[in-house]
Amino acid sequence: MKKVFAREEYCLGCKLCEVYCVTSHSRSKDVVKAHKSEEITPAVIIESGENLSFALQCRHCDDAPCVRACITGAMQKDPETGIVKYDENKCVGCWTCIMTCPYGAVKRDEYNRNIISKCDLCSETGEPACAANCPNNALVYKEQEEEGE
Amino acid sequence: MDYLIIGNSAAGIGGVEGIRKNDPEGKITVVSDEPYHCYSRPLISYFLSGKVDYEKMKYRADDFYQKNNIETRLGTRVRTLKPSGKKVVLETGEVIKYDKLLLATGGLPFVPPVKGSDKENIYTFIKLDDAYRLKDIVETPGKSGSQSAVILGAGLIGLKVAEALAKLGLKVTVVELADRVLSTILDQEAAAIIQKHLEDKGIRFNLADTIEEFAGNKKANTARLKSGFTLDCDLGIVAVGVRPNLELVKDTPLEVNRGILINNQMETSIEDIYASGDVCEGQDMLRGTSGVIPIWPNAYNQGLTAGQNMAGADQSYDECFARNSIGFFGLPMITAGIINPLEEEIDQYEIYRQDSPGDNSYKKIIIKDDRIVGFICINNVDRAGILTGLIKEQKNIADIKDKILNADFGYLSFSEEWRREKLTK
Repeated sequence: MKKVFAREEYCLGCKLCEVYCVTSHSRSKDVVKAHKSEEITPAVIIESGENLSFALQCRHCDDAPCVRACITGAMQKDPETGIVKYDENKCVGCWTCIMTCPYGAVKRDEYNRNIISKCDLCSETGEPACAANCPNNALVYKEQEEEGE
Repeated sequence: MDYLIIGNSAAGIGGVEGIRKNDPEGKITVVSDEPYHCYSRPLISYFLSGKVDYEKMKYRADDFYQKNNIETRLGTRVRTLKPSGKKVVLETGEVIKYDKLLLATGGLPFVPPVKGSDKENIYTFIKLDDAYRLKDIVETPGKSGSQSAVILGAGLIGLKVAEALAKLGLKVTVVELADRVLSTILDQEAAAIIQKHLEDKGIRFNLADTIEEFAGNKKANTARLKSGFTLDCDLGIVAVGVRPNLELVKDTPLEVNRGILINNQMETSIEDIYASGDVCEGQDMLRGTSGVIPIWPNAYNQGLTAGQNMAGADQSYDECFARNSIGFFGLPMITAGIINPLEEEIDQYEIYRQDSPGDNSYKKIIIKDDRIVGFICINNVDRAGILTGLIKEQKNIADIKDKILNADFGYLSFSEEWRREKLTK
C-alpha cells in the first residue's frame, strides 16, 4: 500500500507537515481558521534534535498491534485500503494503543477530548497533506518497497 | 471443518477472526453463558459510572456474527466437555461436535474466605451483569449520596470500581492487604502518587489490612477489619483478583496448572483443543516461566493465533508479558513487564528513574543485560509503546541508555541504521 515515508536527510524541521495535517483534518480546510478556531491535534509526530529532524506518522502496519490490542474495537484496519483508523465514537481514551504502538505514532488528543489522534493518510481527501505540502520533499507518499528491493 | 469456541470475549473473538483469516467456509459455533453481543469487559466500570452505554461497549459491529457466518449459543452454559468424543453438551441438552475446539472461558473472581462475603449486598465485579446489578442499587433515587461502599482489593478492578462509585457520589473505602495500591504493577513511588490522587478525589484507603467479616443480617452493614477498625458498609465489593475458569476442564485429562497449560501455538495437552486468554497459562517471555497473564491484548492475540492454527496455519505468539494502560480521574499510567525486581536479584538490574512531584509524573525503566524488561509511566504516557516495542524485540540498548529518560527520546535516539530499517516499513 502507499504510505508516507520520511527522508530525514532532506527534512528542514519546518513543521509545515504539522500545519497542513491540521488543515487537512479541519472542517474549514483553511490554514488560519483551522488553527485559530478549530481544535485539531496534528497526527504527525516531529522528532527533532540538534542535527536531525524528521516527521513520523502511523505506519499502517499489515498486522497492526494497535488493532489487536484495542479494548473497544475502535481501532480497525480497513480491509480494502489498508488504512488503520479509529472510530471516535468508540474510543474511550484508555491509551492501550499508545502502550502498544512501537513507533509511538498514536497521540492523545491535545484538547482534552478523551480520544486519540493518529494519521489516516488523509482518507477524506485521498492525498496525505503532510507529503503534498512538504517544501523539500522530505516526506513522500509512495508504494512501500518490498523486501529486497 | 467444524470449529467450536467457548467464550465470547477478547480470546473468543480473536479465535473467530483467526479462523476466518484462513478458512472462510468452515462452520464456527460460539457458545457463551453470557447473553450479550461481544462487549468490552474493561469498560464495565465506565458503564457503571455512566460514561458509556451498552451500545458503545460492543466490541464488534452488530453484524459481526452474521458477516463471519457464526452460529451462536449466547446465554447458554456448556455443561460437559467430552474430549474423547470431541463434543460438548450444553445445559439445554444440545450436543455440539467439533473438529477443533477453542477454550476461551476467561476468569472467575477469586473470593477469599471472608466471613459474610456471601451476604446479599456483597458483590464481585468482572462482567456486565455485575455492573447492571450494582447500577440498579446505586441509582436508587436519593440513595447514592448517603451510601458507603467498601472494596476489598486495591488492584485494577478494585480501583476502577472505586473510581466509578466515587463518581456516582458514594463514600468509598478500599481495604488492601499489601502496603500499597496496584502492588502488582506499580512500585512504592508510583503507588504513592496514585493513592494520593485517589485520596484527593475522596477515596479512602486502609492498607496493610484486610476484612475479617462483613457483619450484619441478610445484608452486611459493617466491615470489620483485621486491625480492629470498622467501616460502614451499604455495599461491599470483593476484588482481590481473578483466577482461570477451569470448571469445564476439571473432569477431563487436560493438563492444568493454575490455568490450562498451552504452548506458543496455543495448543493444550490434548490434540485439537486450544486455549487462549485468562483461562490459560503460557510462557511469560520476560520471566521465562509459565504464568497466567490475564490482560486484554494477550487474550486477543492468543485467540487470534489459536484460530489461525485451528484453521491449519502454523503461527505462534510469544509476546506474553504483563502490561497495562489504565487511568483514574484523568491521571493515566502505562506499566509493563518486571517493575519490582526481587530484592535478592536487584544487582542484575539497572534502574532509570525520573519524577516531577509537581504534576504527578513519574517514569521508571528497568533494564537487565542491556535490555528493557519493564517500565512505569505515570501521567506522561506519550510514546510509551516505543518502550513496549523494545521489550518485545529484546533490543540491546547499551548505546542509548543515557538518552532513555530524555523528553525527546524517540527514533532519533537510535542509530541511523536501525531507524531506517524501522521507518521504511
